[in-house]
Amino acid sequence: MGFSRYVEVGRVVFINHGPDAGKIATVIDIVDQNKCLVDGPEEITGVSRQVVSYRKIALTDLTVKIQRNARAKTLKAAWKEGDTLAKWEGSSWAKKLEAKKKRSNLSDFDRFKVMVAKKQKSRIIAQKIKELKA
Amino acid sequence: MPKFVLVMLTRVLGTAGPKKAAKAAAATTGKSARYYPADDVSRPKHSRAKKHNPPKIRPSFTPGTVCILLAGRFRGKRVVCLKALESGLLLVTGPYKINGVPLRRVNQAYVIGTSTKIDVSGVDVSNIDDAYFARTASASSEGEEEFFANDAAKPAVVSDTRKADQKKVDASILKVVESTPLMKNYLGSKFSLTKYDRPHSMIF
Repeated sequence: MGFSRYVEVGRVVFINHGPDAGKIATVIDIVDQNKCLVDGPEEITGVSRQVVSYRKIALTDLTVKIQRNARAKTLKAAWKEGDTLAKWEGSSWAKKLEAKKKRSNLSDFDRFKVMVAKKQKSRIIAQKIKELKA
Repeated sequence: MPKFVLVMLTRVLGTAGPKKAAKAAAATTGKSARYYPADDVSRPKHSRAKKHNPPKIRPSFTPGTVCILLAGRFRGKRVVCLKALESGLLLVTGPYKINGVPLRRVNQAYVIGTSTKIDVSGVDVSNIDDAYFARTASASSEGEEEFFANDAAKPAVVSDTRKADQKKVDASILKVVESTPLMKNYLGSKFSLTKYDRPHSMIF
């Protein structure tokens, strides 16, 4: 199998560097082999129209149906149409990011509770395995 | 009068200065001074001694904050902060019943305040201040002969008042602690860092 994610107009990308790090955006146009023009759309993802280097983005599986150099309004409509934000949030990538964020915001007491829950979980698993082996 | 004579006069008479003396006299009687005082007036020396400002307590320490001790024999223990004392030290307790940390003072520099809070409004520690923890004179008065006697060290004796105070404080805190699930286990456990724990980016 070859590549399935291409740098193309309409490709949804994840920005992993700079002030917009952690947000997603859509490729609007290809500038050259180093950078492309992206737009959030700003109302949905908070990324304004700008040129970014490919090094600062990661391609996702999602695409939206837009023309090259689409206006913000058209882009927004395309996102609404394809339900792109919900698709992104449902992806395991987004879920992992969410979980990571949640973990890093835990207090000391919360971490203790997680530790206790983990112990309980592994205890149950160990018990079940023991039963299955017997 | 020539200037040097005036300067000499002020030195001999010990006033602040010719101009000042004249001014002071004029302010009181409405006239210029009629005579200089015969004796030297003693004036306090200018002191450069630093004044101690009240200590600043980090905002993360409020009564009821669960803290992590970082130094001393109780390092790693999670304790409850009861109040800040006048000296700037924090008054903490384990509670003793849960993790063995008695009512004691700790320097806030060696403590991490967590965001976890316990309601300690029902705990009365108004009688405990810095003087409460002062050493008694006899505690360290081991004579020279005793020092060299090579006998077993005397065990530290905890006074009955302290024991009673600890019991009283523990009783009221324990009630609150047991109302929160897992809180008792949390206070009883020690804090430690493991692999991939980065304390600078952790939220407490």
